[in-house]
Amino acid sequence: MSNHIEHAEEIHEIHIHRDDFGSRMGLWLFLLTEILLFGGLFLLYAGYRYIYPDGFIAAATELDVLLGTINTIILLTSSLTVVLAIVALQKSNKKLSMFFLWITVACGLLFLVNKYFEWGAKFHHGIYPKGPALQNMSEGEVLYFGLYYVMTGLHGLHIVVGLAFIGFVMWQIHKDIITSTNFQKLENSGLYWHLVDIIWIFLFPLFYLIH
Amino acid sequence: MENTQHNDHNDDHIAVAHHPSYGVNILVWIGLISLTCITVSVAGINLGSLALSVALIIAIVKSLFVINFFMHLKFDNKALKIFLGICVITFVIILLLTFFDLTFRT
Amino acid sequence: MANGTIAATGKAAEVDFYHVKGRHKGILSWLLTTDHKRIGLMYLVFIIFFFLVAMTIGVLMRLEMLSPGETIMKPQTYNSLFTLHGVIMIFLFIIPAIPAVFGNFIMPIQLGAQDVQFPKLNLLSWYLYIIGGALAILSLFSGGGIMDTGWTFYVPYSVRTTTNVSLSVFAAFVLGFSSILTGINFIATIHRLRCPGMTWFRMPLFSWALYATSWIQILATPIIGITLVLIILERALGIGVFDPTLGGDPLLYQHMFWIYSHPAVYIMILPAMGVVSEIIPTFARKPIFGYVPIAISSLAIALVGYLVWGHHMFSSGISDTSRVIFSLLTFFVALPSGIKVFNWVATLYKGSITVSAPMLYVMLFIFIFSIGGLTGLVLGALNTDLHLTDTYFVVGHFHYVMFGGMGIIFFASLHYWFPKMFGKMYNEKMAKFAAYWIGIGFNVLYFPFFIMGYLGMPRRYYDYLPEYQIWHIISTVGSWILVSGILLMIANLISGLKSGKRTTDNPWGGTTLEWTTSSPPTLENFEVLPTVTAGPYDHTKIHGQEENK
Repeated sequence: MSNHIEHAEEIHEIHIHRDDFGSRMGLWLFLLTEILLFGGLFLLYAGYRYIYPDGFIAAATELDVLLGTINTIILLTSSLTVVLAIVALQKSNKKLSMFFLWITVACGLLFLVNKYFEWGAKFHHGIYPKGPALQNMSEGEVLYFGLYYVMTGLHGLHIVVGLAFIGFVMWQIHKDIITSTNFQKLENSGLYWHLVDIIWIFLFPLFYLIH
Repeated sequence: MENTQHNDHNDDHIAVAHHPSYGVNILVWIGLISLTCITVSVAGINLGSLALSVALIIAIVKSLFVINFFMHLKFDNKALKIFLGICVITFVIILLLTFFDLTFRT
Repeated sequence: MANGTIAATGKAAEVDFYHVKGRHKGILSWLLTTDHKRIGLMYLVFIIFFFLVAMTIGVLMRLEMLSPGETIMKPQTYNSLFTLHGVIMIFLFIIPAIPAVFGNFIMPIQLGAQDVQFPKLNLLSWYLYIIGGALAILSLFSGGGIMDTGWTFYVPYSVRTTTNVSLSVFAAFVLGFSSILTGINFIATIHRLRCPGMTWFRMPLFSWALYATSWIQILATPIIGITLVLIILERALGIGVFDPTLGGDPLLYQHMFWIYSHPAVYIMILPAMGVVSEIIPTFARKPIFGYVPIAISSLAIALVGYLVWGHHMFSSGISDTSRVIFSLLTFFVALPSGIKVFNWVATLYKGSITVSAPMLYVMLFIFIFSIGGLTGLVLGALNTDLHLTDTYFVVGHFHYVMFGGMGIIFFASLHYWFPKMFGKMYNEKMAKFAAYWIGIGFNVLYFPFFIMGYLGMPRRYYDYLPEYQIWHIISTVGSWILVSGILLMIANLISGLKSGKRTTDNPWGGTTLEWTTSSPPTLENFEVLPTVTAGPYDHTKIHGQEENK
């Protein structure tokens, strides 16, 4: 091969072929890892709830069901608007698509604000790791709140990442990089957002609705 | 070299995914909100040991709605459905085997 | 998200990938590359570096064990060294080695593809690997000293020790992320980029093995990821998760750790088994015996490998019911592994075998791995395990399967694909000599472990009773033989790299697609996109063999 080397003068140009399905498959595979990441936490939750059924019931009374319900509805609505944004973009309605995405972002932020007040109230009452109120609670309650903070915290982090992803996609729609014929990135951000929604669908009854 | 070399050529028709219309999606959303209301109100009734199962069944139904319609898996390639199935089965197996320990400890 | 394949428009398609003029020059042409071959080679450099570091630590540990009591180090140093040896070997060498180096370099070519599905993501995986490695090194020199928990990070000790657990654990988390992204990339590549005609059951067995491996990487690694994060959170914030003083259950930690770490054993060994299934038909000049069973057994191992993690916990207080179940399931893993070994041997039967260096390593592997596998059954059986657990028998067992399995095959792959990767050939005589020398050293080093373990020598102790000394001396001498063999092998490969003879496209008479392209391959791997019409091990038509003779 060495006799060919001197011919390699021109810059080697490469271009990328689009493979929307391959890209979606990659994202789905990533979502599976997310499911199992939370799966590990759900496993712990199941184990500790089995060991300390009473502690979990006692601890759950500290949570505000109404606030949880409102947050559930907010997230479900944001999921709907992402889908509607895709439908709108497919119909070449860029403005409407952007409008739906703005609603999604607003919902995501609202969810985080609610979460902030919810966590803030707990902290105020001394229910946080090594906090005064938590130290007087039973072992089951301590573990409940340990898992509560880790799971809702990690979920909140995913909301932030999802919002960043959607923000990036909105910028690309604005720049006409994502269009009615090339919208896999929008879809992928939507898939990610829906997964975050699904995780909340399970977190909600498991933490808020125990009696 | 101009050809993409994708092996599953029959995938090409789903390269651009089919999305349900505005109406279907809004219907699904209404269903999801109703299920949320149901699960909250059912939680108020004292069902004893059934409470957890009812809450989980409702949550599973809700996520099936999201997966099939919002994530349009219903209309997507079979491979992705199998992927998700493998993942869920894996999780169930892990849960079961761990509980063989927890439930039989003396 | 980059998607799709990279296609050429340039006319420079005939130049090998080392000499292609890209956008960047010099070191940047490596650091910013998305070429799977360059990324594979970048992994190779660092993986060998980390291997040598961990090997040196191993030699130091063996020196300490030469005589009872303090020989060259204090107990705390010994604790740190066995932790480091384990962490580096497992997370930075054994898990990534074959998939990251040969999976990256060879697998896309075997499939007739031009690159992996997500080339940029592939580069990101490499950077995460490097960052993880750097963090692991950084953790040695910062915080409360070198971690001393053992590579298993068992709570409650890992939550309480003052050594720098958090940073090392975070390093492992980053490495896990790198592993996940590689897995995603490989699965998507195998689904999407097989060349025309390459059906699932025409796929080379190395690719099959990588497919199964990637699935384990995706499905198991997240569990350890979250477990490690929980350790960090528990240490940093005092959140009650595993700590028994807060009501936590350390056994649940052990469950979650082994839910990953047992399947991870198959992340380590499956790619090696794939390589064996490539090398044996090439050097036996016969199609592989039982292609479909071998392909399926890879998936079966991946599946059953999920169900047996509890056998690491037989003596830690899990329920009797689950101990019996896990012990029973453990025996099932032996089945698909056995299928593979019998198929390899059946392939050799009546073959016209050439014992070149790669083949020599493979035969060494079959011998060593069989011992490792059989001692695994001794440990999988509940009653014998209770006698042998946490002794040198266990250490011997996993060095036989991990080093003897994956490590030896890593050496085999290096020798097998060396001419393809570099277009040059090493000194064959020297390579064979090193293989024999490694084989002798390996068994002298590790076989006494079984005897010591059976006699009751516990693992992870820097001291021992004098009655074990004779076995420790033999073992330490073995470590010198083994290390000299490895250094000889590496020196031989480096001299081959510098001044080896140019080689042909297909020096071994391989039948898979990587042997139909030039050595080293061009940027796009193929000048004409290949089309496959038959299975992978058809020896009636071997590309490039006429010109050889």
